[in-house]
Amino acid sequence: MTPENQPSLPSAAWKPRIVAFFCNWCTYTAADLAGVSRMKHAANLRVIRLMCSGRVDPQFIVDALAKGADAVLIGGCHPNDCHYAEGNYKCLRRYQMLQRLLADMGIEPERLRLEWISAAEGEKVKRVVNEMVETVTKLGPLGLPQKFAQWDEEMEHFAEHVAAGEAAADGGCTEHGTKTQPLETAHA
Amino acid sequence: MPKPKVAFYWCASCGGCEETVVDLAEDILGVVEAVDIVFWPCAMDFKKADVEAMPDQSIVATLLNGAIRTTEQEEMARLLRRKSQVLIAYGACAHLGGIPGLANQFPREQILRYVYEESPTTINESRQRPQLKFAENGREVALPELHNVVRSLDQVVDVDYYVPGCPPTPKLTKAAVTALLENRLPPKGSVIAPDVALCDECPRKATKPADIAFTQFKRPHQVLMDPEKCFLAQGVVCLGPGTRSGCEAACTVGGMPCTGCFGPTSRVRDQGLKMLSSLCANVAPKEEADINQVLAGIPDPVGTFYRYGLAKSLLRRKVNLPAE
Amino acid sequence: MKPIVPRKYEPVRIGFYICHCGTNIAGMVDVEAVAKYVATLPNVAVSRNYKYMCSDPGQELIQQDIRENRLNRVVVAACSPLLHERTFRKAIEAGGLNPYYFQMVNIREHDAWVHTDRGEATRKAMALARAAIQRVPHHKPLEVKKVAIHPNVLIVGGGIGGIHAALTLANAGKMVYLVEKEPTIGGHMAKFDKTFPTLDCAMCVLSPKMAAVGSHPNIHLWTYSEVAKVDGYVGNFKVTVRRKPRYILEDLCTGCQECVNACVYKEPKFLDEFNLGLGKRKPVFLPFPQAVPPVTMIDPEVCLNFKRGKNPDGSHVVSDKCKKTCVEACGDRKAIDFKQTQEIKEITVGTIIMATGFQIFDAKRVPYYGYGVYPNVYNALEIERLINASGPTEGELVLRNGQVPKKVAIVHCVGSRDENTNRWCSRVCCLYSLKLAHLIQEHTDAEVYNFYIDMRTPGKSMEEFYNRVAEEGMHLIRGRVADVYPDPNDGTTGRLVVQAEDTLTNKILKIPVDMVVLSVGLEPHPEAESLRRMFNLSCSSEGWFLERHPKLAPVNTFTDGIFLAGCCQGPKDIPDTVAQAGAAAAEAFSLIDKGHIEQEPNTAYILDDCSGCKSCIPLCPYTAISFAEDTKKAIINEALCKGCGTCVASCPSGSIVQNLFEDEEIFSEIDGMLATMPGE
Repeated sequence: MTPENQPSLPSAAWKPRIVAFFCNWCTYTAADLAGVSRMKHAANLRVIRLMCSGRVDPQFIVDALAKGADAVLIGGCHPNDCHYAEGNYKCLRRYQMLQRLLADMGIEPERLRLEWISAAEGEKVKRVVNEMVETVTKLGPLGLPQKFAQWDEEMEHFAEHVAAGEAAADGGCTEHGTKTQPLETAHA
Repeated sequence: MPKPKVAFYWCASCGGCEETVVDLAEDILGVVEAVDIVFWPCAMDFKKADVEAMPDQSIVATLLNGAIRTTEQEEMARLLRRKSQVLIAYGACAHLGGIPGLANQFPREQILRYVYEESPTTINESRQRPQLKFAENGREVALPELHNVVRSLDQVVDVDYYVPGCPPTPKLTKAAVTALLENRLPPKGSVIAPDVALCDECPRKATKPADIAFTQFKRPHQVLMDPEKCFLAQGVVCLGPGTRSGCEAACTVGGMPCTGCFGPTSRVRDQGLKMLSSLCANVAPKEEADINQVLAGIPDPVGTFYRYGLAKSLLRRKVNLPAE
Repeated sequence: MKPIVPRKYEPVRIGFYICHCGTNIAGMVDVEAVAKYVATLPNVAVSRNYKYMCSDPGQELIQQDIRENRLNRVVVAACSPLLHERTFRKAIEAGGLNPYYFQMVNIREHDAWVHTDRGEATRKAMALARAAIQRVPHHKPLEVKKVAIHPNVLIVGGGIGGIHAALTLANAGKMVYLVEKEPTIGGHMAKFDKTFPTLDCAMCVLSPKMAAVGSHPNIHLWTYSEVAKVDGYVGNFKVTVRRKPRYILEDLCTGCQECVNACVYKEPKFLDEFNLGLGKRKPVFLPFPQAVPPVTMIDPEVCLNFKRGKNPDGSHVVSDKCKKTCVEACGDRKAIDFKQTQEIKEITVGTIIMATGFQIFDAKRVPYYGYGVYPNVYNALEIERLINASGPTEGELVLRNGQVPKKVAIVHCVGSRDENTNRWCSRVCCLYSLKLAHLIQEHTDAEVYNFYIDMRTPGKSMEEFYNRVAEEGMHLIRGRVADVYPDPNDGTTGRLVVQAEDTLTNKILKIPVDMVVLSVGLEPHPEAESLRRMFNLSCSSEGWFLERHPKLAPVNTFTDGIFLAGCCQGPKDIPDTVAQAGAAAAEAFSLIDKGHIEQEPNTAYILDDCSGCKSCIPLCPYTAISFAEDTKKAIINEALCKGCGTCVASCPSGSIVQNLFEDEEIFSEIDGMLATMPGE
């Protein structure tokens, strides 16, 4: 990445925001257990409760990233233990392909994590959250909303020129090569 | 009573959408008789200055095809938006970014370098590139610049309707134009095609089993395909379940699986991710290694799931490309 | 059922309530700041903070606001929804609003209790609250799902737990199917001699109950049977039971045992399972004298009238090589049937009680104690059989060589409290070890050494029992046995040395004894894993069936309609097993009596825009989705749908909707929680 494109260095205030999709029966219960046991961990996680990890639509994951999450964590029951028999396997299969797709789209694999956490594993919730926060802090912000805005600056810039150009008598913008010239060139 | 004014324009496109209008065959005469085409670079000699001279909203409808890739295309899109009452994104490129949208996987510089310097059939030892500005004989000429990002039409201007397809079918085009002329258009923002997936009208639907479980994915060139059986039942990736119908299943009837050109239904935000979700959930194995082996049958996820829709996907573009 | 969508232009008016929960939440989260922030969000009509939202005044506050502020949505930020979502939904319903116009935010278990920075905890609470505020306008007015409960009950396991539950329910008039794997009910208790703390004889207490089960008109007793398949859901379980062939017709056998007397094998020759291999039986045998049902059975693996080896389907083939003196002796009763095959029974029950018990720890896993190697090392259950008057030695405690032991060591915690084998304490071993010590002294006058880590004798009258037997002269040594090895001074009698450190005197002891008794711990039943899959139950990490809540719901499971009784849930003694069995029976009875169960309406339904692509159909483990030939679209049977949402995530055209977890609701939550919070 060239220096101009580096996302503005995270201010001292930047902390990763991780969106988590936890299944009701295992992982959400484990997170509750971590709470009841007062297992202190990093405050960067925001949990969305679903009935099953099989409900996790890849659209949710990518939407979370696109809306500003720096990472996404999916929590489900261990293989063979899904409360709904096999929902977690469907989640696993989608996750495997999604990892490839996200890598091809330039997103580091550490930003999407799938963990099997059973209802008794409050300790694991704490460990996974802390690990993920550490990893993602090192990676830096993903900052997709800012990136989208940055990409669209090329249009704002041009739109100004167009607005200025249209105000001009002969229209068109010389700088961006759209000024019409009185040439007798036939169209293709 | 003066005939309603209509315009056609093409942006980053292949010309196929223009072909569709031609494919209207005899019906085109009806169109030409009913409307007054005031701008159509492909077929008529009107100039941009003519458009600029028109009063705002004097064009009843503009059918604009192609993605927005250059500054010229952006400017024309904005111009035609001002001058038109109804702006229709015509074809997959204007609707979703289309195949040009796949360029969003690469930095602009890489593409220019490949096209002008590195491609196998290019001989350009001095590494000449077209210049944005060129002065000669006391005049300065300019070329439009490529944007870094390929966009669908509605990522640039407000769009009233979408006619999907790569290209849209003549039947669909005729239906859209007729609805326009008879003032029977659906609510603003609609895609003018049924809001049901392709399987609904595909003649192969009956052969799809209710217990599909993929043990392998095959690409069309790897297997001799049964002419009547559902492609997914044969292990060939078909995006029909995640793509709008309305094309009368042209591809599947014609012996090829659907590649998704009509885009998603209105209930889906990202066509590629939904198809990924569905195909992968129906993969048979449960162990990671075995799952990956099956999924290896889809070697290019972006190309497969986002062939037409990358620009409009949730991520829009590969996120770690350098700025230029 | 499609939900009714509210009138299009009805403005959303949300009431937001954040709970202090005393200082549980307010101690870490600035609840007032959160309430102030939420008041600024769109659609919020009321934003309050209060000390205890779940209390009566807290609930009344919401109800008052619903009336006076015309609220049509409510969000409560407090503890976990798993705890109080139901409470607040009921409160809202009482206030006149549909209970599903509610969303709960977890800022206690997931926030205040686990974070240490007030600023971060507060900002997180704001983000989570905002997510709920953006989600709740999309909620629909749903109706709770009512499912009818079939009055019959299935009890799996015929030990004391299963027996007690069966009798309780049968006496109340319910039809009970009691399915037991072994040929007789009685479980482990039937093998014990006397039980602590009263030292009453186990069979004396148990056999009246067993007999009552055998003769009860409301109990279908199916022994030598296993559950093969479980389909359906609470209120409507369809269970397939496989009744294995014993080659004796249960209805005709009177238990006279003439067949056993007449068998061509004059002497018993084969290892007796009930006596743990310490005794012998014939190919035709009665499992034990007080067996219920009092029906003999034939072991096809050793009976001469069968060919050796099994068919692929598990059946045996008649060889017809035997004189069949047994059939002759049976005479007119004609109760012997060599051609008997397994019987498949399908039943419908509304509730199920799991009472499958435990297995004892296999002492071979601790080879340093020599079990299975030195003939004079026994496990505690074997001793129970030896000292039992109806056991293989008719109550004489003798070694394998016939000699009476003069010195006996009892080794505690074999396979319990041990990092290398099982970490848990098996709860009953100290007590049964003391009991065995007492009984061994009574039977033989032997000197008994108890090697223990801690003496754990909790429970009513247990401490008194300990004191009583301890005063009888047994040695109590506080030290874990490190090793058991043959006495080098006496290699012929099989005498062993038990080596341990007496931690109270700091001396290493090497005590020669004639007999070593290993107090083996309790472990989950060997088939617990496959059983729980069949019934869709969870297990704890140790393998015991998982209760819904260790304190508040110890007999319920996460699967509605299935209850636990006895050691299958965790090691416990007979009084607690019986108590738990009664509790499970009561839970089942409560459901049956109510007649229906209310289920969360989070089922999925398919829109008319379905294209019939069939991608969803194979995804449902409950076969709730089927393809309708008339409409050529998929359709979901609401009664079978369990609300996992897997099909919803898969549908490539977005044509399946899950109530309570719609796409729009989740997307709104994502959007809300990623908005920039004040101070970020």
